[in-house]
Amino acid sequence: MQKMTREALLEKARELLSSGKVSAVLGWKKGEFDYDVTPAVFDSVDALEDFVWGDFCGANLSKYLIKETKKHRVLVFLKPCDTYSMNQLLTEHRFEREQVHAVGVPCDGMADINLLRRKAGEGIVSVDSIGEEIKVETLYSDEPVIIDRREVLLERCVNCKSKKHAAFDELLSDAGEDSSSDRFQDVEKLESMTPDERFEFWQNELSRCIRCNACRDVCPACTCETCVFNNPSSGAENKAPVNSFEEQMFHIIRAFHVAGRCTDCGECARVCPEHIPLHLINRKIIKDMNAFYGVFQAGAEVGAKSPLLDYTVSDIEPGAVFDGRDHDA
Amino acid sequence: MRKCALSKLPDVFEKIASEMTLFLPVDREDGRAEYQQWVPGKALSDALTTVKSPKDLFFPQTEDLMRFKVEGKKIAIDDIREDVEPFAVFGVRACDVRSLDILDRVFLTEPRDSYYAEKREKGVVVSLSCEKPAETCFCTAFGIDPLTSAGDVAVWKTETALFFKANTEKGGAFLKIIEELTEDTAGEEVEAVKAKTEKILQKLPLRDVPVNAFGGGKTQALFDRPEWDTLSESCLGCGTCTFVCPTCQCYDIKDFSAGNAVIRYRCWDSCMYSEFTKMAHGNNRVTQKERFRQRFMHKLVYFPENHDGLFSCVGCGRCLRSCPVSMNIVKVMRKIGGKHNA
Repeated sequence: MQKMTREALLEKARELLSSGKVSAVLGWKKGEFDYDVTPAVFDSVDALEDFVWGDFCGANLSKYLIKETKKHRVLVFLKPCDTYSMNQLLTEHRFEREQVHAVGVPCDGMADINLLRRKAGEGIVSVDSIGEEIKVETLYSDEPVIIDRREVLLERCVNCKSKKHAAFDELLSDAGEDSSSDRFQDVEKLESMTPDERFEFWQNELSRCIRCNACRDVCPACTCETCVFNNPSSGAENKAPVNSFEEQMFHIIRAFHVAGRCTDCGECARVCPEHIPLHLINRKIIKDMNAFYGVFQAGAEVGAKSPLLDYTVSDIEPGAVFDGRDHDA
Repeated sequence: MRKCALSKLPDVFEKIASEMTLFLPVDREDGRAEYQQWVPGKALSDALTTVKSPKDLFFPQTEDLMRFKVEGKKIAIDDIREDVEPFAVFGVRACDVRSLDILDRVFLTEPRDSYYAEKREKGVVVSLSCEKPAETCFCTAFGIDPLTSAGDVAVWKTETALFFKANTEKGGAFLKIIEELTEDTAGEEVEAVKAKTEKILQKLPLRDVPVNAFGGGKTQALFDRPEWDTLSESCLGCGTCTFVCPTCQCYDIKDFSAGNAVIRYRCWDSCMYSEFTKMAHGNNRVTQKERFRQRFMHKLVYFPENHDGLFSCVGCGRCLRSCPVSMNIVKVMRKIGGKHNA
């Protein structure tokens, strides 16, 4: 359960819409079920009836600001990790800050419907979150199934980067703290593999890619007006892979393109219909950058220069070979 | 009807695989299932649906069509399609069986698509009755009976046995292959299993999506509905819904240039993509709203208009499960056509 209530968010939304300070609210909209929440724009107090806030509001709303701020001054509700994306978009001049009223919402971690299904079974007709318990009713059980919420959190919430909002106009609660989770553990596991094992791991994962582009289209760092892969005149248009090697190239090229700009928001892995752990490619690059240039968190500050855009004489030699292991230890 | 003990299923698969390539839904580590080629040790998944549909086996995501080769001043054109060996797809749910009927209407009418046709001719579709429909299922709204599957062979599963019934000549030949492993039966047990699932079907939350609000002849009434604006605003413009959909059939034809030869292939395309059907004059659908509307109007209005009222959604629920923003055909239908079917 989220400690912050829907009512608290609603109150803020009503207040700002009624006063005319904003003409639209970016939030999450109720679906057919308790879990299929859709990002949505609410342009009137009446429309807020379908507004929801809860364990399935995982979607990062930052990227929608590019489109919506062209039409409205927008109230956007941002979870701590979402604020990094907003900052990064501002660093890249993707929209006007004055067009945004950012309300920081504390987050207790968001649930992953796929994990919930694996625990509760098929036929989920209702999901009710109370404290650290999730009560699930299915078509196949007479009694509700009780699931420990901590066991069905999204990967990025298990490895929460920060409970502290990097940017906001106002907060609905006290400022949160930086989290201490070790999000690089899975990357270290990959680093400890032999090159062949690692190659096999990624072959297996990426062979499932159906090239739907969901990872790219949801990514707040992927905001090119027209992606080279969609542009028939680019010479690199690539609707379908010629083979599985080319499929891997798509993901690797994309990871390099967002390197230094990726905030590790985890949306790519969250939306992948084939459950490919795409975030690990980005996280590996973040880990290496931290090792090469010192710790850098994209989106922590508006205007901060990524080490990849900021040459200093002490930078590591381009030819240096680094395998991610600590050789001094 | 023929029957065999459930414990004999591996033998059945082995027998089939000795005669033809066998594909079936197999569980993956991530808890989802996908169609894979059977090899000894692979077990039939209990999953209701696979991430992608069996459409791939008849209409692959990418498929080489022909090769042009420049030799001096001549161009040689070679047919480079892969040979199709006889194959069987086991465990196809009723929704996916219907999707093949829909694809047939597209690919097997003139001009007939010989690439697809060959696979349809050589493939045996062995359906599997649904035991545990999910909350995302709404095939019955489109007149599909998940308990009496079509396909070349229909299969029902009880806790201890499998029951087979041939629907077509091809299905009859298929049952001949496994004749020694099966025995004749009246199949009373099947009715008990069906009755149990029938009760669940009555409880499915999406069973009454408003199909009657859609259909042929509704273009004028629905095209300019204001709801398309809000429905489409969260759409990312990715191709997930179209690629997991068992009935989406649009493809692009591309050339892959390799020096003095060109391989012409086709690949799935998505009406959600900005460059879909881009022509010399530009794009005919400039905004995501127009692209979004196209997908649903095609399934719910244009297709039935051109195909005797047949909708090209089968209610499998894959898009409900996979859309990154949880926007889907059910939400569209209910927003535009009302909460319940009138």
